[in-house]
Amino acid sequence: MTDPERPTEPASNPAGAGAVPATDAAGSYRAPRNQWWDVWDQFKSHKGAVIGAVFFILMVAAVYLGPYIWTIDPTYIDIRAKNQGPNLLHPMGTDQLGRDTLARMLAGGQVSIAVGLTAMALSILIGTVIGVLAGYFRRLDGPLMRFTDLFLALPLLPLLLVAVLLFRDMLSAAFGPEGGVFILIVSLIGITSWMQTARIVRGDVLALKEREFVLAARSIGTPSQRMVTRHILPNVLSPIMVSATLGIATAIITESALSFLGFGFPPDFPTWGRLLFDAVDRMQLYPERVIWPGLAISLTVLSVNYIGDGLRDALDPRIRGR
Amino acid sequence: MNLSKALMGTAAALALTPLAAMAERGEDGQLNIIYWQAPSTLNPFLSGGTKEVESASMIIEPLARFDQDGNMVPWLATEIPTLENGGVAEDLKSITWKLKDGVVWSDGTPLTAADAVFTWEYCTHPEGGCAQSSYFDGVSSVEAVDDMTIKVSFNEAKPFPYTAFVGSESPIIQAAQFADCLGAKAPECTDANFNPIGTGPFVVTEFKPNDVITLEANPNFREADKPAFATVVFKGGGDAAAAARAVMETGEFDYAWNLQLDPVLLDEMQSKGLGTVVSAFATSVERLHLNQTDPDPSLGDARSTMDNPHPFLTDPAIGKAMSMAIDRALLVDVGYGAGGTPTCNVVPAPAVYASTANDGCLVQDIEGAKAVLEEAGWTDTDGDGVRDKDGMKLSVLYQTSTNAVRQDTQALVKQWWEEIGIETELRNIDASVFFGGDPGSPDTFQKFYADIEMYTNNFSGVDPEAYMANWRCSEIPGPDTQWQGSNIQRFCTEEYDALVDELSQTAGIDARAELVKQMNDMLMESYSIIPLIWRGNPSAHANSLGGIMMNDWDSEIWNIKDWYRIDG
Amino acid sequence: MLTFTIRRLLLAIPTLLFISLVIFLLLELAPGDPMAQVPLTVPPEVKEKMREALGLGDPVYIRFWKWLVQFFWVEPMHLIDNLFGTSLAEGQQRVISWQTRSPVMDIVAQRIPQTLWVVGVAYVVAVIIAIPIGVYSAYRQYSWFDQAGTFVTMVGFSVPPFFSGVLVIVIFSVHLGWFPSIYDTTHKVTDWDSFVVQLKQMVMPVMVLALQITSQISRFMRASMLDNLGQDYVRTARAKGMTEKAVVLIHVLRNSMIPVITVIALGIPSIFGGAIITEQVFKVNGIGQLLITAIYANDIPMVQTLTFIFAVLIVLFNLIADVLYGILDPRIRYD
Repeated sequence: MTDPERPTEPASNPAGAGAVPATDAAGSYRAPRNQWWDVWDQFKSHKGAVIGAVFFILMVAAVYLGPYIWTIDPTYIDIRAKNQGPNLLHPMGTDQLGRDTLARMLAGGQVSIAVGLTAMALSILIGTVIGVLAGYFRRLDGPLMRFTDLFLALPLLPLLLVAVLLFRDMLSAAFGPEGGVFILIVSLIGITSWMQTARIVRGDVLALKEREFVLAARSIGTPSQRMVTRHILPNVLSPIMVSATLGIATAIITESALSFLGFGFPPDFPTWGRLLFDAVDRMQLYPERVIWPGLAISLTVLSVNYIGDGLRDALDPRIRGR
Repeated sequence: MNLSKALMGTAAALALTPLAAMAERGEDGQLNIIYWQAPSTLNPFLSGGTKEVESASMIIEPLARFDQDGNMVPWLATEIPTLENGGVAEDLKSITWKLKDGVVWSDGTPLTAADAVFTWEYCTHPEGGCAQSSYFDGVSSVEAVDDMTIKVSFNEAKPFPYTAFVGSESPIIQAAQFADCLGAKAPECTDANFNPIGTGPFVVTEFKPNDVITLEANPNFREADKPAFATVVFKGGGDAAAAARAVMETGEFDYAWNLQLDPVLLDEMQSKGLGTVVSAFATSVERLHLNQTDPDPSLGDARSTMDNPHPFLTDPAIGKAMSMAIDRALLVDVGYGAGGTPTCNVVPAPAVYASTANDGCLVQDIEGAKAVLEEAGWTDTDGDGVRDKDGMKLSVLYQTSTNAVRQDTQALVKQWWEEIGIETELRNIDASVFFGGDPGSPDTFQKFYADIEMYTNNFSGVDPEAYMANWRCSEIPGPDTQWQGSNIQRFCTEEYDALVDELSQTAGIDARAELVKQMNDMLMESYSIIPLIWRGNPSAHANSLGGIMMNDWDSEIWNIKDWYRIDG
Repeated sequence: MLTFTIRRLLLAIPTLLFISLVIFLLLELAPGDPMAQVPLTVPPEVKEKMREALGLGDPVYIRFWKWLVQFFWVEPMHLIDNLFGTSLAEGQQRVISWQTRSPVMDIVAQRIPQTLWVVGVAYVVAVIIAIPIGVYSAYRQYSWFDQAGTFVTMVGFSVPPFFSGVLVIVIFSVHLGWFPSIYDTTHKVTDWDSFVVQLKQMVMPVMVLALQITSQISRFMRASMLDNLGQDYVRTARAKGMTEKAVVLIHVLRNSMIPVITVIALGIPSIFGGAIITEQVFKVNGIGQLLITAIYANDIPMVQTLTFIFAVLIVLFNLIADVLYGILDPRIRYD
């Protein structure tokens, strides 16, 4: 992706791109096409990315709109209907208490997708900021990387216990019980999973900043802020994308572990990870109960992965030209 | 369920006794046992955990054990001392045990009364932190009258003197081996703690803490033809489902402990024909405690203390309605199967102590529950489905420890309570926090920062005296006692305390039983405690393993010396 | 580079001391009680006595100081004693676990073999598989091999080991009966037959762990290769007439290793940390199982010691990774 000419093209900078047409649009020539249209065109031509995106949007729509069509309460127990396989009344079957699995999958999807995306976003944000700062500014490298070592070394479970002890009541008071738990879980997953991203980004930045195009940009006096946003960040995008995709899967599973241990949502609150965990012991008797949540998690992660692939290609100006 | 299992067990034992009698030591090869929680030491005095006590019960033994029906059987002693045979003094202040002749430790030296005296010194050492020291409560001295006679004296008359050296939690250790391990030095004796010399059927060959124990038959065991197994592998780790699978689906192990799993799953595994689920019942009861004090967070430090009574749970009508709304038989079906029976008493056994006055609770009565609430003035005035009175809503927070069966029970109970108009919020807490007594944590069961909580408790042995004393006013946990105390629901009446005192001075099983029943009924009528399930201890054994007598009064592998392999 | 390494090693000492203090305070602050697993039938007064016997009555700073002395002074002395038959540590208190009342380091030493056998082998297997997969997937981007690889690795990573572990047990132990579902930690490899037994009991846990690790590493490898394959130097190398093999496997691979080295360096300490869930599912009872049971039992000396050893490895391997960056790309300088 190293491209010494690129710094002279404003096209790859979102901030600059907004500014350029605004100043030149008054001229007699046609306003230059917004670069995001190029990105979009390239994205559209990536078959995997389009399928992934459509699937992901369908999945989100299903879990958020589905409960309006499939109106069974996910916590309603109909004990006479327990342990049913898929049938007309319960298309995905029922669990050991006779709760409708489809309703639970839909309700669970809302939480799992929301937690997965936000926790991943938070972790990527922290990881990227720390990684770029440590890699680019030599003076920050030592302290930030030792800080990363510290976080890597902390035992997760006691850390969670302490966080729950300190912040649960405060957050529930401020955001209501469910909002509080959501914020707590998302921030816990976020702040305990950014370290790998930070180390990877820093490693790449260390190598990048010695490359010719960076030296060239620096020699013409480009300020640090622009160096980072325009030259460094676009070039570390692909490991960040990989971290992001893997991060969603990790966040969905970690959420279920937290709720299972009692640090998360109430026990009767379904999530995909939770449904999978509860079904594992009964896998031989009721295989469909592990298949539904397992499939949902895998497909979500796969679709995000393809969207990530497509985005990466679309944002790479050299591929875009092809 | 319970009875048929017991009958089957007896029948099997009878049918196969002749076979077993011809056996000789070590002829049946290896026995594989899996406990999904691994023992961390073999010295039960240093860790009170069930897994440690039970694994040690293969090696070290007490004077008397409890059999599968809760009867005392002499083990290292020749007989059970009683008032009649003169073993218990007339003033109830001492008990004298006689050791069996010819019992030797696995190193070949004889067992003497001095070992028992040493065990008492070891466990009551002020710096030792002995987990079983309550077995020596009230003991003023243990003396060796002669080599074979042990006299245990008490500070005051003890109507039930069978505590010290009775049951798997109070075994005798060898004085010679532990002589340098008294008090603060106890943890330095790693070799002794991991490889205690015992009188039992097996001897440790290797102990890997929290992992696996390998044992071999004790060459000096007092019964010449026992044990039938030459070696034992006692593996720990994993989870209950995996342990059940290893016995009943893959056949890798012969015996698996504590399988609290979905009954449907256990039935399915049993149908493969490799293993059988057995369970035994003692005194464990899964119960709800209804907080008699106010857990409102706005009270700050006065939360869940005696300064503020609960706004509505002190009214027995509410507890009564809650109890009536629960279908206990269904809870058993869904979560316990053969491992549970519905109960309406906090003292379900031994039979003489079990009251029958409260058995009405066995039948679910939703309409009746609603009527009780109506009568007590709780109605749904604003039509939101939740009953209220004087602006107070019937809304409760219901917490318990993390455990799949408990979470299913919670979900079911929540639905029934919401049906009768009680709004319920659920919470589960990790067991190591919930049962930990950390005064800094808001989530311990003693602090009880919720309206209702659910867990299991029991009493060890067959005498409920200490257990009934749990509900004295003075046992209420609070900030001044670092939240220690066993009166979790904060029940307090003078009448009850008087009965506790009376029980501690009453001798004779019938009189004691009357008192215990009276106290049980008093607790039940207060509806501060709602018993749900009398819990058994489901375990599984391979169909090729014989001689098992499931026992929840003592270690469940109490009679491992009699186990054998069924041929063919 | 040498001065850099020495400086970093010296700097690691205060860093690790600080980390050990933070861990200690964290464990101190976390709610929990070493007596939580003692049955409720044991009265509270007895539990209080037991806590005192564990030394819980002392103030925090004294306990931290005791741990420092035991870990940094007594334990090394003890090791020297064992190696050379001296008696330097005679009569001095070692780090004692609260659960077992025995020296923590003895148990750790006992657990290392099975952890290395299972987690270590899984890691080696995963790295060996992942790098070729990543390289080839990138080289033939969007070929059927790449698409299949993407699918398998993504599903492999999304399926947590508590599920995949039980699944392989059901398939290979229950239905096919090929492998044991329970790992035998007492098994000793002495000859070919016992080696086969060892292999059999390792197959399933290694498979489950390797799937996760492979997924992760091959994704990073692929992404990094893709970044580099389009670079000018690749075009130049090809133009100079170098063989395709040399271009891809020497130039591109070397330049693509930085993120992969980072991931592997972060992963190696976790070999020591064990694999908590996989060890639990297969009853491997290695370091991971030791740590999780110690956390549940609130065995603070054990958790503190294990976490600290883990921290030392993290600091060490991150340093090794930094040194490797400099070797892979000589333009990277740290002065």
